[in-house]
Amino acid sequence: MKEDPRYKQCNKEALICVSLGLANLIWWFSWGYGLGSKDPSEYTFVMGFPLWFFMSCIVGALLFTVLTVVLVNKYFVDFSLEETVPEEFVVEDNSSDEESDDVG
Amino acid sequence: MAEEVRFDALIPLIIYFIIIYIIGFISMRYVYRATKREGKGFLKEYLMSDRNLNGFVLAMTLVATYLSAGSFIGGPGTAYTYGLAWVFLAMAQMPTGYFTLGVLGKKFAIIARKINAVTITDFLKERYESKLLVVIVSLSVVFFLLAAMTAQVIGAVRLLEGALGISYEVGLIFFAFTILIYTIIGGFRAVALTDTLQGIVMTVGVSAVIFAAISAGGGINNIIQDMYKLDPGMISPYGTDPEFLTIAYVTSFWVLVGFGVVGLPRVATRAMSYKDSKSLKDAIIYGTIITMILLLGMHLLGAFGAVLLPGIESGDLVVPKLTTHLFPNWIAGLILAGPLAAVMSSIDSQLLVGLGAIVNDVYANIINPKLQRTSLITFLSAIIMGAVVFIMAFDPPDLMVWLNLYAAGGLKATFLWPIVLGIYWKRANTKGAYTSIILGVLSFILFDIYWPTPLGMHPIVLTLVLSLAGFVIVSLLTEKPPARVIQKFWGV
Repeated sequence: MKEDPRYKQCNKEALICVSLGLANLIWWFSWGYGLGSKDPSEYTFVMGFPLWFFMSCIVGALLFTVLTVVLVNKYFVDFSLEETVPEEFVVEDNSSDEESDDVG
Repeated sequence: MAEEVRFDALIPLIIYFIIIYIIGFISMRYVYRATKREGKGFLKEYLMSDRNLNGFVLAMTLVATYLSAGSFIGGPGTAYTYGLAWVFLAMAQMPTGYFTLGVLGKKFAIIARKINAVTITDFLKERYESKLLVVIVSLSVVFFLLAAMTAQVIGAVRLLEGALGISYEVGLIFFAFTILIYTIIGGFRAVALTDTLQGIVMTVGVSAVIFAAISAGGGINNIIQDMYKLDPGMISPYGTDPEFLTIAYVTSFWVLVGFGVVGLPRVATRAMSYKDSKSLKDAIIYGTIITMILLLGMHLLGAFGAVLLPGIESGDLVVPKLTTHLFPNWIAGLILAGPLAAVMSSIDSQLLVGLGAIVNDVYANIINPKLQRTSLITFLSAIIMGAVVFIMAFDPPDLMVWLNLYAAGGLKATFLWPIVLGIYWKRANTKGAYTSIILGVLSFILFDIYWPTPLGMHPIVLTLVLSLAGFVIVSLLTEKPPARVIQKFWGV
């Protein structure tokens, strides 16, 4: 069976989003519990927020929004999603030439 | 608790409702034209709006759909009690903006076109080739969605009651009727367009209220210090109740409201309804930005409310009370449309998924494959489902957020792995899918009753681990899926 050549790019895009999600979780967790586990009387504050919250939630949210925009614009490729594979289909990917015979 | 009716706040809301009706009637023309189509044509318009969503509408309808009453009424209400810890917890939902669309991605959209699927069950039917599976899944959809919709209707009507001073019964009739009408007459097109309007209203509303709240409280610094004075736990990630908000429990929300959202049928459905690859790209970007604004805004409001407006009897009312407290009535009415919109946009999508389950999955697939009179059956089913929710909502339980999360967990247990493995793992087979669904739903319910926080986490985590393990083990022990399925899904 010859696999739909578009799937390779699809898998790559999905992988980017999964990695982004895991990185987001790690960022949120490390700042939140790393700095937030002290007694609240020892907190430092940035722009009014406790530092743990500021880094974990405010900076984290902004950072991962920016990362999403950058990664999606850089790595997501536009192509037709219709049933039949478009003839002019070319993945802008250096390894897209070989036939991907699969195991399934 | 019925206070005086505030007409000046009611009028902007009524205008807003009128716009929604207009959208419904515009979409009705498309639906009407589609009733004349043969075979699946009607359902493709009614449940998918002919797969023509652009990026902005897709983002808005997705965000509005998964940020449901849980995040918009229950969420701020709980932040009111526990402080910043609940805002921190809510940020677990941040990845939904990029994760859901990214994971299902273009592959799901391509497959949906290859097999002409208009519901998630359509996808499962083709991938696992089992009628029984279709029935089980459709029934679980209808069952869980009825619970979720009821919870959300109750939440929304409470909101109207608290903010406008109208009685619960009047609010319920007014509210339920509007949703039913535009969803029934306009189908998915009406739902997606009203979601977009609602998404815009929510975003503008939340931004306005949060700025007003910060200035009313004398700046973030003052508010946070006041929260600290109220209870130091209000500004710690462990909240005012460290026994409850443990590290394991809070982190497990990344699965419950974050990554696991991929498995919600109303979310996954949207991942096959967009027009082209550019729509997907735009939707991920818009969706992430809007998610960030709404999550932070809404939950901070709830937490700030603890010092700005202490002593509210039910936390669920913090946003409406704060809004009417901070703004003149007519603006408050306009802003209140925000959270109300959140609820409406979740309910309308759930109603549509439930309808898809009844009409497309059970009726069209099993009872009457020739698809005669599909439109009539669709409208009748919609009216019956609406009536059930409406009647259940007359006798409301108190904290709706848990009820809503319960339903969401059950749906994720049913759909997550059969969808994700169905796309990415060629070896995934029917018996594996059965195991996963049965194990998932059963263990979720049993955990909930006998072991509510397994290993300190929300039961959804262990449920999904078990159902994944079951899926993989059983698939590997049984025969490969037939070559025709692999060819249909992966071939050219």
